[in-house]
Amino acid sequence: MLGVLSGLVALLALVPLFFVVVYTVSIGWDQAWALVARPRVAELLSNTGRLVIGCMLLTAVIGTAAAWVVERTRLPGRRVWNILLVAPLAVPAFVNSFGWVSLTSRVEGFGGALLVVTLSYYPLVYLPVAAALRGLDPALEETALSLGHGPWRTFARVTLPQLRPAMYGGALLVGLHLLAEFGALQLLRYDTFTTAIYDQYRSSFNGPAATMLASVLVLCCLLLLLLEMRVRGHHRYARVGGGVARSLPRRRLGRSFVPVLAGLTLLVGLALGVPMGSLAHWLVVGSSTAFPVGELVSTTLSTLGLGLTGAALTILLALPVAWLAVRHRSGFATLTERSTYFSNALPGIVVALALVTVSLRLVPAIYQTIGMLLAAYAIMFLPRAMVSLRAAMSQAPPVLDDVAHALGAGPTATFRRVTLPLIAPGLGAGAALVFLAVTTELTATLLLAPIGTQTLATQFWSNSTSIAYGAAAPYAALIVLISLPATFLLTREARRSTTE
Amino acid sequence: MKPTVSETNVRIRGRSATVVAGGLTAVLALAACGSGSGGAGSSGSGSSGSGSGGDATTLTLYNAQHEDLMKLMVAGFTKKTGIKVNMRNGEDFELANQIVQEGKASPADVFVTENSPAMTLVDGAKGFTKVDPAALNQVPSQFAPKDGNWVGFAARSTVLAYNKTQLKPAQLPASILDLAKPQWKGKVGIASAGADFQAIVSAVVALEGEAKAAQWLKGLKENAKVYRGNNAVMQAVDKGEIQAGVIYHYYWYKDQAESGENSNNTSLHYFGNKDPGAFLSISGAGVLATSKHQQQAQQLVTFLNGPEGQKILADSAAMEYPIGKGATANKALKPLTELDPPTVEVSTLNGSKVVELMQQAGLL
Repeated sequence: MLGVLSGLVALLALVPLFFVVVYTVSIGWDQAWALVARPRVAELLSNTGRLVIGCMLLTAVIGTAAAWVVERTRLPGRRVWNILLVAPLAVPAFVNSFGWVSLTSRVEGFGGALLVVTLSYYPLVYLPVAAALRGLDPALEETALSLGHGPWRTFARVTLPQLRPAMYGGALLVGLHLLAEFGALQLLRYDTFTTAIYDQYRSSFNGPAATMLASVLVLCCLLLLLLEMRVRGHHRYARVGGGVARSLPRRRLGRSFVPVLAGLTLLVGLALGVPMGSLAHWLVVGSSTAFPVGELVSTTLSTLGLGLTGAALTILLALPVAWLAVRHRSGFATLTERSTYFSNALPGIVVALALVTVSLRLVPAIYQTIGMLLAAYAIMFLPRAMVSLRAAMSQAPPVLDDVAHALGAGPTATFRRVTLPLIAPGLGAGAALVFLAVTTELTATLLLAPIGTQTLATQFWSNSTSIAYGAAAPYAALIVLISLPATFLLTREARRSTTE
Repeated sequence: MKPTVSETNVRIRGRSATVVAGGLTAVLALAACGSGSGGAGSSGSGSSGSGSGGDATTLTLYNAQHEDLMKLMVAGFTKKTGIKVNMRNGEDFELANQIVQEGKASPADVFVTENSPAMTLVDGAKGFTKVDPAALNQVPSQFAPKDGNWVGFAARSTVLAYNKTQLKPAQLPASILDLAKPQWKGKVGIASAGADFQAIVSAVVALEGEAKAAQWLKGLKENAKVYRGNNAVMQAVDKGEIQAGVIYHYYWYKDQAESGENSNNTSLHYFGNKDPGAFLSISGAGVLATSKHQQQAQQLVTFLNGPEGQKILADSAAMEYPIGKGATANKALKPLTELDPPTVEVSTLNGSKVVELMQQAGLL
């Protein structure tokens, strides 16, 4: 039963992949090759490649450093810093780049793009690394220290290897997001595969060139996933033997207090201060600022509705897959889990067009309905839900289920009274992540939204692309506002531990 | 410290509260989602119930023209006839290809574009029904294709927007084809991904032939900076990032009418002389063959280029040229008769060929 459900979800997640593959096969090898082997594709590959690699490296360094400072030192105001460091998650990357590009056009091109995406995505590394640091057993580090390693060497040889799953997982998410990033890079006039695919679709809807570009993108994602698996390796990271991990005493900062504080302030200032300041500036000063309250309210309501429904649906779909992956590990379980990751690398527009084609040919009834839009969201954001759900499921050990059964509770009662309360925080975190993603999603919504449905993101986009910055600002501000509660939920878990 | 029993209870109750709250919000969300989209949908259409005739049909308009302009024109139509119109907004080729892909399942009744190659694309796929002769008679014959399957209702002129301080009139190029020459490297901007520029390229192909057009595009790939949209090109010219940019005339006039902040340093150069750079692009409207409301759809098309529709266009802030017989454009614009555009048979403007050529040149 669980296997069937899991398999169905995996199939749904793979629809865009099938579409790309089938299309490539159908247009014939010669034409496919001619469309791939052209100078433009090499240009795009180089652009995308150096941005992705540069960003993954930078975010890994920044995220780990920030996490270490907040979790392991006696930094004053840790709770506040934690919130500030995670807050960029509430600001979608395209609002971030809108903030920068509306101030100066010197931020266009590679350097600016690298800066903006690093500032937007480092929380994706910060969060898992901080969580991992919290869970580390200090006995290993203390042993290393007692054997004569200095603090830096201990960090490099003992702490860092244990942080590897978190770091690589976070960097992988950053890489996947970047491959699919569209709005931010388009505003910064930096051409990558995604912006090129969008240009192709604007010109030819479902044309072969666009789908070929999409297939190259799919290959890049596969490469990233394979790379991550190889580099992570098969090391064990769990504690062996009895006992409980002590909590590590935090280090004093001493001489490095001022540089660390300055560094953190710079990071938060650039990541949050500049976009928020820019937004505030445009809200006040923009000549085309209008406050069409009615339209703002109705757009916000649609966005909220879509976000909440999308989150609920995605969590529901991710549950069987995560359950299988954690409770009944097998090749099939790993396969279904990994397959949900693929569509995260495809830009929303490829997913949208795959669904459009599939629905036009197979089920015309769902064409241009909310259902199809929600399906696109589910396909795109399953990985976000999966990551949280997996972590949550591992906190509900099966032995508790056995105890409940032994005490006479049936499977539903066990799920309701034992498992659900334990995984609820993880479910909440996963739902929050998906809600965040849905409310800021742009390209798939542009294509699939039924006539008359607008979201804050699409309205922001149509205004900012016609340089009506003042008119775009209220929508951007609203996007940030409705993302705040979800981001707050995400930091709540982390906050509890920083008081220890 | 071990949690006491009461603490555990509170924690579990707290968690159940989260689940309940989550459920409530989900229900509220579904309600809001439904009303939000429904509300937004009906607000996109015209007034409800009023107007003569009391026709209860609702037309679906696939609109690639500027949304604010079409909202005005559609509102005028609904006021006159009582027929409501739902608009789906998108871009020329995106919507044209979508209509072709949708085929019989398409909900569209009328298709309206900014430029004509997209109309030719749908026409080539036999997507249109012949337009009412009344609508064809309302505009001069060069503003509709020979087969009469669609008709124009607005026009825009290609111009070169240039920075007043950086370029003197004597340094301006004589022809748009000169922009591919080496002296323009890094000094010119285009919005190559948009249908507007692609329409201009289609005129170059139709007037100069594929080989010359391909050469021109290759030169542009070397010389031109690519921007997202005509507004971005104009802003870059105004700031002095580039010396000149290829856009349509109305972007400059619109900005001047508002505040001028993106165009006060910019002047417009009309190529004239029947140069491809003086290309007059036509916004077209057509009735789809798959439409279930043929009669009402024809009414909408006839309204658009009829006297009332053209007056709405001329009075609006759109700054495009009305082309109806007897219609007068906004006083600020250069008169249509002075433009001297090249003669192009609109049905020869081939969009897919343009996309192919631009892909080969590496611009797409």
